[in-house]
Amino acid sequence: MRQKKAKKIVFKSAEEMPLMICSVGDQTHNRTGAWRNIRPEIDLGKCIQCGICWKFCPEPSIDIVDEWPVIDYDYCKGCGICAEECPSKCIVMVEERK
Amino acid sequence: MKKVMMGNHALSFGAKLARSRVIAAYPITPQTQVVELLSEMCADGSLDAKFIKVESEHSAMAACIGASVAGARTFTATSAQGLALMHEMLHWAAGGRHPVVMGNINRSMAPGWSIWADQNDSLSERDTGWMQYYCASNQEVVDTVIQAFKVSEALMIPAMVILDAFALSHTYEVVDVPDQELVDRYLPPFKPAIKLTPDDPRAFGGLTGSEHYMELRYKLQKDMEKAPALIEETGREFAKAFGRHLGLLDAYRCDDAEFVFITSGTAGYTARAAVDDLRAAGVRAGNLRIKVFRPFPFAQVREALRNVKKAAVVDRNCSYGAHGIFYQEVKSAVYGEAGAPPILGYVAGLGGRDITVDSFKEVAAHAMSKERADEEIVWIGVKK
Repeated sequence: MRQKKAKKIVFKSAEEMPLMICSVGDQTHNRTGAWRNIRPEIDLGKCIQCGICWKFCPEPSIDIVDEWPVIDYDYCKGCGICAEECPSKCIVMVEERK
Repeated sequence: MKKVMMGNHALSFGAKLARSRVIAAYPITPQTQVVELLSEMCADGSLDAKFIKVESEHSAMAACIGASVAGARTFTATSAQGLALMHEMLHWAAGGRHPVVMGNINRSMAPGWSIWADQNDSLSERDTGWMQYYCASNQEVVDTVIQAFKVSEALMIPAMVILDAFALSHTYEVVDVPDQELVDRYLPPFKPAIKLTPDDPRAFGGLTGSEHYMELRYKLQKDMEKAPALIEETGREFAKAFGRHLGLLDAYRCDDAEFVFITSGTAGYTARAAVDDLRAAGVRAGNLRIKVFRPFPFAQVREALRNVKKAAVVDRNCSYGAHGIFYQEVKSAVYGEAGAPPILGYVAGLGGRDITVDSFKEVAAHAMSKERADEEIVWIGVKK
C-alpha cells in the first residue's frame, strides 16, 4: 500500500481538468514525515503503556503494537504533542539530521 | 394539491419534493421554521433523509459539503448572521463544485440586532460563486427549490433560494404543491461523476498550485455563464410539467413601457400595484423584477431595457460607500449601449421598513423630475 510514490499531474488545458480538485487514489503516498524537523523517540524502558501518545497524536502516526507504542516516521510531522502529553516523560524530541 | 403555507415551509416542501437526502442545520436563531418542519418530516418518515443537527452554521455547511461530495442531494437553510458565519464554507462549496441548495431568509445584518428584511446578508456573499434566486411568492419558492437542484446538479454549482423575512417567510399563501411523481420525472436522482466512496478513496480540495488554480476558477465562471440559458430551458420544461414558468426576469407590463421600476424579492410584486396606478394616471410604466442575481442576466436585462426611456432601480440593500447593489449591476449591463436610458438608483426598506405602493410612487415622481442620476443613492422613506 505505502509503496505508492506521489505522482504530480500537470494538466495542459482547463478542458482536460476535472471540475473539482481531488486526488487520484488515497493519501497514503503523501508521506508527510518529510516535513519533520524534530523526531519523537520513545524510551520503552520508561514507557508505562498508557496509550496517551496514541490517543493524542493528531495524524495519527502512533500505532500500538503488542501493547507498545510504535511511531510511523513516514507520516509523523514531528509536532511533539506525544512528548508533551506523555505522563512518564519517556518520549523526547530529537533534532533530525538530514 | 393546494395548501396554505408560510414561505419558510415552502422551502421545506421544496426540499422534500426534491427528495433531499441530507439536511444539516443549526436550529437556533436566526434559523427559521424551514428546518423545523424538515426535521419533523425526517422523524415521521415522510422524508427519507438524514437530518444532521450541528453546532453552528459553519458546521452546517461543512456537513452539507461532506454529504454532497459523497453523492447525496443536500439542503440547508439559514439567514443573516448565520449565513455570514458560513462564509468560508460557501467558498468551499462553490470552489469544490458541490451543488448544495440552501434557503436563505433575507434578514438585515446586525448590529442593531434585527430579524427583519433586507438583502445585505445574501448580497455580501455575491462573490462566493453561488447562484442566487430571489423569490417573490411562496409558490415561486417551492418551484424554485426544485428547479435550483436541477440547474445546480447539471452545472455542479451550489445555489441559494432567497426570500424576504416576514414579507414571505412568515406570510401564508396558497401554494399549489407539485405532484411528487411529476417532480421525480423532472428531477432525477443526483448522480455526480466523481464522488467520495470507500471503494475509490480520494482527497478533495487539496493543495492547488498556481499552474491549476486559475483554470479551476475559469471553469467555474464558464459554467456560471451557461446558467442563464439553462435556467430558461429548465424553466420552460417546468412550465410544461407544472404550468408555471420560471425565468431569470419577471416583466410586468413592460412591453410598451417608457418608465420601468427594477426590483427584486417581494417589493417586485408591490411595484406591480404602483405600475397599475401609474398606468391609470397615464404613465406608461412597467416593472422588471430580477429573479436571478447570480449569474446576473446581463443580456436579458439589456434587452428588456432596449426601448425604455428611464429606469429606476429600487434596492433593499446598500453597498456602503457605493450604491444599491442591483443598481450597480443594472448600470453595468447597459454600459456602452447606444441609446441606453438614464438609470436612477434608490435605496428603500432597510431593516424591514415597508416598501409600499406609495414608496414606488415617490420613486416615480423623483425619477420623472430628473434628466439623469445626479446622486449616488436616493433614499426613500428615511427620516432625514
